[in-house]
Amino acid sequence: MTDSQFDHQAIRSQFPALQQQLGDNPLCYLDTAATSQKPQCVIDAMNHYYRLDNANVHRAAHQLAARATLQYEQVRAQVQGFINAASTQQVIFTHGTTESINMVAHGLTDLFKAGDVILVDSAAHHANIVPWQALAQRTGAKVIPIPLDANGCLNLSAYDALLTQVPKLVALSHVTNAMGTINPVKAMVAKANNVGAMTLIDGAQAVAHLNVDVQAIDCDYYVFSGHKMYGPTGVGILYGKLDALEKLTPMLTGGEMIKTVSFEGTSYTELPNRLEAGTPAISAVIGLGAAITFLSELPQALIHQHEQQLIGYLQQQLSQLSDISVYGVTPNNDNIGAVAFNLADEHHQDVGILLDQQGVAIRGGHHCAMPLMQSLQIKGCCRASIGIYSNQQDVDRFIHALTEVKSILL
Amino acid sequence: MTNNAIPQPASSLFSPLSEDVLNSAKLIEQANNWQEKYRQIMLLGKKLPNLADELRHECAQVKGCESQAWLYHCQIDGQHFYLADSDARIVKGLIGLLLVATQGRTSSEIAQFDIAVYFENLGLNGQLSPSRTNGLHALAQAIARYATETN
Repeated sequence: MTDSQFDHQAIRSQFPALQQQLGDNPLCYLDTAATSQKPQCVIDAMNHYYRLDNANVHRAAHQLAARATLQYEQVRAQVQGFINAASTQQVIFTHGTTESINMVAHGLTDLFKAGDVILVDSAAHHANIVPWQALAQRTGAKVIPIPLDANGCLNLSAYDALLTQVPKLVALSHVTNAMGTINPVKAMVAKANNVGAMTLIDGAQAVAHLNVDVQAIDCDYYVFSGHKMYGPTGVGILYGKLDALEKLTPMLTGGEMIKTVSFEGTSYTELPNRLEAGTPAISAVIGLGAAITFLSELPQALIHQHEQQLIGYLQQQLSQLSDISVYGVTPNNDNIGAVAFNLADEHHQDVGILLDQQGVAIRGGHHCAMPLMQSLQIKGCCRASIGIYSNQQDVDRFIHALTEVKSILL
Repeated sequence: MTNNAIPQPASSLFSPLSEDVLNSAKLIEQANNWQEKYRQIMLLGKKLPNLADELRHECAQVKGCESQAWLYHCQIDGQHFYLADSDARIVKGLIGLLLVATQGRTSSEIAQFDIAVYFENLGLNGQLSPSRTNGLHALAQAIARYATETN
């Protein structure tokens, strides 16, 4: 491990939640893929907003409203830079990834007709499956899953074959939430673009770990949540190409998104406000801005290297334990952030309960990816996931705790 | 709760718990470390009968469990009897502890039973929280609901 190349402890110490004891054990948090812990600067930014700047955005002429609006719009510019969007108009604040995807699936309803094909990543989170099924139900379109290969990665030749059906939309995960496998989204989007398909990428598990460049990926929509990238819950992003966003019928109407309202007819305002009805989660947006500032001030390359080494170390340590099955390890070992595993044929919940007894927090279950679990032919699995603050000691404690679990269960 | 579509287990399956099972609860209470406690919980689960596949029916499933859990109820001469199973071993043992406290009891006994105190005495109060995905809270509610509905 190369923590000595930079002061990792200085990063970790900014996360107050990680400093706590759970009974006899210090917390070992390996559930970052569910939600990341928050650095003090994010908590402070939200606190500051509520204490001093609380006002609704875009409305009043008073000074507080001006301050709140300025901060809110500055975060939009920060997000634009963070994902390299071409303009701030293309950054829509939502309440999270799930809402972002629903806004797209709902907003495209009028453009779909019976028989249209929607290709969906088999390993996707339910949030990137169910809205498309609902769209298909409304319009008569059909959802076709892109199958997985033996490693649990998308089968790219099967994808090529499915593209001959000329899909209207392709929905992919950038990084899968259950296994941390990374999809070659740039190449897959290019192929989708060649057949004229719209593309949506779920970046919820990617943005905290990878440098995302939406223009390089060239997708129509890219969506993610604040809370998985050290920001607060309740804020997410819908990025879109301008024409792709213009196509969307607003899912929510009222409030900030209107231009004029009369009972004879109402007209909507321009992007991005057209897709931001109602009072947004202002404090969460400001917290997200603080999270982006926090991330951008860190040495990105070293952090990435640290996380990759830690995941590699986690995989290697797991592989040295007998009776452990690890899922979705890619041939290049380039999993991002998460490792999925089971202990013999023990129930993931039993494993989770016994790890929890030792202060180790992991997630057990189907990880909102039941179709993926079906293709792996398992009911569920355990997932250990890391963040920027995780260190080798976390992995060592986890492995030690898992060894203890083995001695109890097996 | 009663639904004709639910397969009903033979009434002979609804019986008092064995001495062996009742002793298990004492061993859990007396365990001097968490490892021993959970070993005993699993042993208790092992002593409970396994539900036949046809009884692992969706209609008998108690929702709110990350694992699957099934619960059947039968009232015999004013006493409540339960039959339960789970596909997770610790969860099954925890259900067993619920049964130790409620099997063969009357409605008023079950109504008076303070499950929070019971699990606290066993050193397991953390497992009972409704926010846990082990489903114990939902199972305890289902056990109590059966006892009041059929009163």
